[in-house]
Amino acid sequence: MNDTTVLNHVAGRNVIDSPGNDYKGPSNVSTTNACKLCTPLGATLAFKGVENAVSFLHGSQGCATYMRRYIISHFREPMDIASSALGEKNAIYGGGPNLKKGLLNAMQKYGAGVIGVATTCLTETIGDDVARLLIEFREEFKDLPLAHLVHVSTPSYSGTHMDGFHGAVKAIADQLCVEKAPANSRVNLFSGMVSPADIRHLKEIVRGFGVEPILLPDYSETLDAPALLEYENIPSGGTSVADIRAMSGARASIELGRAISTQDTAGTSLAERFNTPLFRLGLPMGIRETDALFAALKSITGFEAPRDLLLERGRYIDSLVDGHKYVSGLKAVVYGEEDLCIGLTSFLAEIGVKPVLVATGAKNRNLAAHIEAACGSVLREMPIIREGADFFDIVEEAKTLAPDLLVGHSKGQRAAREWNIPLLRVGFPIHDRFGGQRLLHLGYRGAQSLFDRLVNLVLEKKQNDSDIGYGYL
Amino acid sequence: MTETAKAITPEVITCPEEHVAIFEERRDQIHRIGEGDFSMACNRDSLAGAVSQRACVFCGSRVVLYPIADALHLVHGPIGCAAYTWDIRGSLSSGPELHRLSFSTDLQELDVVFGGEKKLAKALDELIPRYEPKAAFVYSTCIVGLIGDDLAAVCKAASARHGIPVIPVQSEGFKGNKREGYLAACKAMRTLVGTGDTSDISKLSVNIMGDFNLAGETWIIKDYLSRMGIQTVAGITGDGRVDDLRRAHGAGLNIVQCSGSTQDLAKMMRDDFGIPFLRVSWIGIEDVAESLYAIAEHFELTQPELAAGIMERTSKLVREELAVLMPQLKELRRDLEGKKAAVYVGGSFKAFSLVKAFRHLGMEVVIVGSQTGTEEDYRELAAICAPGTIVVDDANPLELSAFIKEKDVDVFVGGVKERPIAFKLGVGFCDHNHERKIALEGFVGMLNFAKEIHASVMSPIWQFVPRRELQNSAAPSNAGEEA
Repeated sequence: MNDTTVLNHVAGRNVIDSPGNDYKGPSNVSTTNACKLCTPLGATLAFKGVENAVSFLHGSQGCATYMRRYIISHFREPMDIASSALGEKNAIYGGGPNLKKGLLNAMQKYGAGVIGVATTCLTETIGDDVARLLIEFREEFKDLPLAHLVHVSTPSYSGTHMDGFHGAVKAIADQLCVEKAPANSRVNLFSGMVSPADIRHLKEIVRGFGVEPILLPDYSETLDAPALLEYENIPSGGTSVADIRAMSGARASIELGRAISTQDTAGTSLAERFNTPLFRLGLPMGIRETDALFAALKSITGFEAPRDLLLERGRYIDSLVDGHKYVSGLKAVVYGEEDLCIGLTSFLAEIGVKPVLVATGAKNRNLAAHIEAACGSVLREMPIIREGADFFDIVEEAKTLAPDLLVGHSKGQRAAREWNIPLLRVGFPIHDRFGGQRLLHLGYRGAQSLFDRLVNLVLEKKQNDSDIGYGYL
Repeated sequence: MTETAKAITPEVITCPEEHVAIFEERRDQIHRIGEGDFSMACNRDSLAGAVSQRACVFCGSRVVLYPIADALHLVHGPIGCAAYTWDIRGSLSSGPELHRLSFSTDLQELDVVFGGEKKLAKALDELIPRYEPKAAFVYSTCIVGLIGDDLAAVCKAASARHGIPVIPVQSEGFKGNKREGYLAACKAMRTLVGTGDTSDISKLSVNIMGDFNLAGETWIIKDYLSRMGIQTVAGITGDGRVDDLRRAHGAGLNIVQCSGSTQDLAKMMRDDFGIPFLRVSWIGIEDVAESLYAIAEHFELTQPELAAGIMERTSKLVREELAVLMPQLKELRRDLEGKKAAVYVGGSFKAFSLVKAFRHLGMEVVIVGSQTGTEEDYRELAAICAPGTIVVDDANPLELSAFIKEKDVDVFVGGVKERPIAFKLGVGFCDHNHERKIALEGFVGMLNFAKEIHASVMSPIWQFVPRRELQNSAAPSNAGEEA
């Protein structure tokens, strides 16, 4: 770090402050540096969490390739997405023949047991009726042992990748879990778009209460696989079709994510069709939201939380005592997917960090109300809440707020660098650091990990910016 | 549906693992050197369901125009196309960095129903005053091709309002593959060429085409040319500028790398302005030296007075560079001798140069392929590779993984999408694609390349990878290990 940079920092935040700025929130027609991804991407991720499944995009070849590249750069794992690879003629005469041919090829070469078909803006606009095409397909090839086909409508011009994700999870439940299964003792868990490390920890938590979860989707192994002897065309792991069918006989469903709590989801679908009790909770981030998950599990199973997990809670609180002064009163800008934003804001408020701006690229998510509900009294002052924001909006607004840190995925890196403030990298995508798939956010353990990382970012900056370079901090 | 049904039989579906990785319809896109006469089908639409490594028309246009750093690049379409191409390449700029931002009209359902023209016009009115670009490129996406927005008319009107060129790029994703995208980009650039002042341009000058200044590679080439006494007019598009493109027709010669991406523009400039072009490659040792000599020779013949001494200057340059490079290569080669490599890249020109480059490391390329090569490209490739080498067009993960296992390669050269395939099989990897942050062109690039290969291949971690562990345990063990 050269002297100029240090001086700029010591001189305060005049670089960021622009008092004349009367910015009032997103009002631009154009989008600059989007804070969201397109709808089908979320669906391809969700389908990746079903055992022996291939994600399939009905559209032009580029969509599949771009999304693969984007997802691979985060997970550093193979991410095959088959495509119907439509050309100009298909766009005019319909994509049905290519879709059917593509499905056959994916079954033949991948040996797929399940194919999850998501549409794109191209096929939605030319009006391909995928549901009907799949019925035709099953009829035409009824002599063959066909894969299970699941389809979800994901026009890229409607919603974000989160809609695609939740839509695909619901489609899997709706289309593969169609009969009432014999009652079993299991608990369905719809986790939302969380990391493989989060999925593994959620399973551990539920097992701690003496029951085996059916977690959908489970890409904890398919997108974070060990080194293996043989290349697996479809990586091992994922929720099995048998488990998906057993969901209708489960003791209860837990669905994580406050922002989807007013939508039709896999959880509501099971509740309506099979009377499966549904617990809708926030993402278990920080103490109170994790406590709520533990309370729900206790009431479902009748068991107490296991001692090791409670010890983690205790250690986490002990660490908050040890570390609170490093972060107390720091101003944070939080951005990303709606439910992650809610969970992060709650976590930050609990540790004494002041969220000043919370922004998501999604629209109409009622973010302010959800944040208020999740944070309760620990949030002393409501942050500015922005929906439908892009990074132009976030940066312009943040300039007036002089934040001390950013919390979100990799795409906030430019702003953090320009303002010389730390970025706590969370969620998806992590494109400029290593190990994004192994980041843990959920449970007491996830909170511990986030808190340790955050404190160390603050200490590192303090040490780097200091002329003295203290050896004890 | 008999047409789709005929390729498949019940046995194939029930026993996929017994079936080799190659799709029946793709057999003629793969050739094993020495097995039968050479024949390959290319430039074909990707097979449905086959997980092609290719992208789309939009992608082709976007990669070519991306490095033009003082232009506004506005993607007219839903958010994905812009989101996935935000700051995606390692293309450096010596000045403005507008190209590193991502702009989109983020079309919504109502726009699709009622048309996106007004939104596009408003977006341009918002962005052009905000960033004051020298020009704006407006990319068409799949959806725009379908809803019938008149891109040309909106761009023309915006151009009149703002007094800068606003150029439509006809890059609807589904209208072909990456090659069509290259052509659309060339057509867009052609509208700029010929509109600038060329009075101060020497006759001893070139445009550096088909190089994208990844990790500063254009600057390496520019430095060589300047040492030869040659002026660079425009990087097309490495470290690209709108004004440079406007006066690119003043150059004496176009030097074209990556034949697919900018050769169309070179042809247009030859036909319209009489500027000859030379195909070059900046990868490897022979190819770089030959390219420099070919440029020198061209000017010696066409501008004998101006170019006096150019051959001497060129050979001095090559000698100096090799004197630095060769001893270091020798060191690295000692460890790499006899290892095997696979190459799967976007354009076939790079595959040629890499096959030759690997020879300097004592390594053999046993699998070679590209996304967009022509039959002629592959024929030439087959001619310089050893018998048994697999040549493949438009491959997919299943094929690549099967080939890697069959040939037991030590390192794979490709892009981000190929990396996890190699790594899952316990094989080293070198990123030679547009995301790279290490210069791999020129003589210094050859050294960096050798270091990259060495760093991956020679890592001790491979012994722990299951496939290697098995191989090592099967190999004759040290005495006393087994009873």
